[in-house]
Amino acid sequence: MAVTKKSKPSTYFSLGADIHDTKAPAGPIDKKWQARQLQAKLVNPANRRKLTVIIVGTGLAGAAAGATLGEAGYNVHSFCYQDSPRRAHSIAAQGGINAAKNYRNDNDSVHRLFYDTVKGGDYRARETNVYRLAEISAGIIDQCVAQGVPFAREYGGLLDTRSFGGVQVQRTFYARGQTGQQLLIGAYQALERQVAAGTVTMHSRHDMMEVIVHNGKARGIVTRDLISGKIEAWYADAVVLASGGYGNVFFLSTNAMGSNVTAAWRAHRKGAYMANPCYTQIHPTCIPVQGDHQSKLTLMSESLRNDGRIWVPKDPADAEKDPRQIPEEDRDYYLERIYPSFGNLVPRDIASRQAKYMCDDGRGVGPLISEVTQEGVSQQRRRGVYLDFADAIARLGKAAVEKLYGNLFDMYAQITGEDPYATPMRIYPAVHYVMGGLWVDYDLMSSIPGLYVAGEANFSDHGANRLGASALMQGLGDGYFVLPNTINDYLADGPFEKIDDATPAAVEALEAAKARVDRLLAVDGTRTVDSFHREVGAIMWEYCGMERTEEGLQIAIEKIRALREEFWTNVKVPGTGVDFNQALERAGRVIDFIDLAELMCIDALNRRESCGGHFRRESQTEDGEALRHDDEFAYVAAWEYAGDGEAPILHMEPLNYEAIELKQRSYK
Amino acid sequence: MKITLKVWRQANKDAKGSMKTYRLDDVSEDMSFLEMLDMLNEDLTTKGGEPVAFDSDCREGICGMCGVVIKGSAHGRYESPIATTTCQLHMRYFADGAVIEVEPWRAGAFPVVKDLVVDRSAFDRIIQAGGFISANTGSAPEAHSTPAPKHLADRAFDNACCIGCGACVAACPNGSGMLFTAAKITHLANLPQGQPERHSRVKAMVAAHDGVGFGGCQNVGECAAVCPKKVPLESIAQLNRDLFASLFKSV
Ligand SMILES: Cc1cc2nc3c(=O)[nH]c(=O)nc-3n(C[C@H](O)[C@H](O)[C@H](O)COP(=O)(O)OP(=O)(O)OC[C@H]3O[C@@H](n4cnc5c(N)ncnc54)[C@H](O)[C@@H]3O)c2cc1C
Ligand code: FES
Repeated sequence: MAVTKKSKPSTYFSLGADIHDTKAPAGPIDKKWQARQLQAKLVNPANRRKLTVIIVGTGLAGAAAGATLGEAGYNVHSFCYQDSPRRAHSIAAQGGINAAKNYRNDNDSVHRLFYDTVKGGDYRARETNVYRLAEISAGIIDQCVAQGVPFAREYGGLLDTRSFGGVQVQRTFYARGQTGQQLLIGAYQALERQVAAGTVTMHSRHDMMEVIVHNGKARGIVTRDLISGKIEAWYADAVVLASGGYGNVFFLSTNAMGSNVTAAWRAHRKGAYMANPCYTQIHPTCIPVQGDHQSKLTLMSESLRNDGRIWVPKDPADAEKDPRQIPEEDRDYYLERIYPSFGNLVPRDIASRQAKYMCDDGRGVGPLISEVTQEGVSQQRRRGVYLDFADAIARLGKAAVEKLYGNLFDMYAQITGEDPYATPMRIYPAVHYVMGGLWVDYDLMSSIPGLYVAGEANFSDHGANRLGASALMQGLGDGYFVLPNTINDYLADGPFEKIDDATPAAVEALEAAKARVDRLLAVDGTRTVDSFHREVGAIMWEYCGMERTEEGLQIAIEKIRALREEFWTNVKVPGTGVDFNQALERAGRVIDFIDLAELMCIDALNRRESCGGHFRRESQTEDGEALRHDDEFAYVAAWEYAGDGEAPILHMEPLNYEAIELKQRSYK
Repeated sequence: MKITLKVWRQANKDAKGSMKTYRLDDVSEDMSFLEMLDMLNEDLTTKGGEPVAFDSDCREGICGMCGVVIKGSAHGRYESPIATTTCQLHMRYFADGAVIEVEPWRAGAFPVVKDLVVDRSAFDRIIQAGGFISANTGSAPEAHSTPAPKHLADRAFDNACCIGCGACVAACPNGSGMLFTAAKITHLANLPQGQPERHSRVKAMVAAHDGVGFGGCQNVGECAAVCPKKVPLESIAQLNRDLFASLFKSV
């Protein structure tokens, strides 16, 4: 369908030419991937070891890609900031991984998984990429089982599956509440096997600081060795970024302490477009904030929504009552009431926003939290709703509930000091995942030739909202099956001309990295790095969180700009650059978050519609649901960096739906 | 709460370290142990001091990045009523006025990098020796072609849940990494897919374990006692059985 361009350049950005994916072949959607695999140029196995690929990140996407490219015989250099590749934040995923296996005989199919993902993404994803993801999903499970991933099994020895938020089939494979851990350990072991085989060289505790772009092609990276502080360049024929998501821009999120945007942001500054940065997923089932000292939020897998029932007291006066003393008729099971056919299993964005509304309405539970509203009013609100297992325990027995969710219940008890078997849990939404990320084409190549982006770091498959259990599928899909079949098309033209530390592009990148470290240390102000991180996080949560407005976003942009000023004049980074210096690591990440935050707000400001995780107060239906404007906004917003202090440039990629009809989402 | 901390400070791997004393007056019971250390670091930074280096990432007990010895026990296991990682240990388990010693993992195979941070790459080298199933991408058969008995899959899981934090090594008087090694052996040995390499794996991993500087196992059992994921001590018996059996196989 045609997009009429209503996005006018403003003082915040300027408008560039449209962009398009040029790699997905023409033809029916179910033949495209096969056709692309046939078309892609191949690299002779004997030539592969002469080709070097750098992979930044060892999460599901990076470890899977590293192992697979290593097996294929390429010379792989793999980087992560943790002390071991096994610790990438994919490890924290709990709930499960989707695959269109139809083991349940419940009418599941590739097409249904494709349809659910596009619909779940509120029709803001690129159809071709999503179809391919659904197509390769079944092979991911086969691969993981072959590696020894201990998925949950039934007594007959076959794999068990369950249903997960937003869908009506049982296609989610899981490993107790630790699916991400088991999948990652599988990929990590495959990666270590290649380290032993000599095809992969692992560089742990290395922070990527710059991309080296020579003659228009990505040819390497600059890293800082986190132990010695040594800044060093690495060269390759292609670079893959699999550096995860940037949810930590909100300070409080379910991401790891070190999760960052730096790798992606540095690439963005070198010419990689950043797509849909404002699409953030706020997960409905997290443990609520307890106090000011909190460093992160903890997710409770949304598989809990299969058996737990969500409610708040009908009367705000009951907020402090023992929930067990509140009779049925005084409880509002609001999701079951508003969405009778999906009930507690509505998609994440809907579940999150409804929880916010209940608490805005004064019916939240738990401790009072001080906050400042978008209108600048200081207030105290309870930010929590109940997730109640009393019915499930009565129906299935405590032992069965313990078997299904035991580790989650333990985690809850450990953090809150309350016993969830006896009293309902309290939950509240928290930032969890970003659908936005670097723009890539069908081959997963960014707008910089030779720079590929995989996993959560790209924007590829989830549109404006991601369905549960789809990120693990995408990360492994990208790493095991997509990249290894597309990157050869590019590498077939290599090896490229040799470059080294004297090549101007490398000199420039090395100097930029060194200058940045010096600049961060030189400010020597009075405020800690963390205090800046908390402040940018608070701005983003209030103005660019679950509900966004024209006015609020403009205020946010002003606040962010002022914060950046203050950062560069008043941050205090103790220690030196030639040492293990964690404050310095964080300082680099925080300033990139501040820069990203501004772009996120500009993107959110431009998108004057509500879609998926992006809810604009001005754009809702009469009953308060997200209202899309397909005539104006059925496009991917791909942002080009235009220089420090310059307005970014918006490139639009129109979204064409051929296999699926655009519909207003409804879960009623 | 008021807390007195005695923290191991060591500038780098070659420097001599020592315990330094710090006081915090405003610790909340709801803080995690690491949030308490964050507070100390904010305080040190604003006063012009150098913050204490310590590792953490997920802060939800699953990545295995955190880990320090607290009042003499790995992850503060003996301060907590349940198995825990350092990041999941909460201040509510300490008394107001408590004096808490905080030290890095101490083991020959885990040299100190700085303060409370150690180098655990020896674990990766044990995995490289054989802690995997050789299954190249794309070569996998349909997942249901080989059913795995549930009780064995469950046992595999009970070992696969190891997070590689190194508490077992830190707690062992011999600095042995046998529980870590046994967890991987037992995980893979209980799955049908793990059988072809079962005997070569155990030999290679045990040899790597000894080669990278871990001490021998004398069945003290402290490792399993502090394990945040409750990897069972019996797994070491499984390792020994497999190792014995492998002696009679030409692998
Ligand atoms: C708590 C939680 C639960 C989740 N549960 C589910 C679930 O049940 N199902 C599901 O499908 N999805 C889930 N997700 C989402 C999913 O886990 C992630 O989107 C996915 O694992 C991301 O994988 P990745 O490989 O892209 O990145 P990550 O696993 O985050 O890995 C990033 C890698 O990049 C490296 N890196 C980053 N920056 C740099 C740098 N500057 N220099 C060097 N290296 C760098 C890191 O060291 C790391 O190795 C969950 C996410 C969270 C946070
Ligand atoms: S920080 Fe990940 S286990 Fe503690």
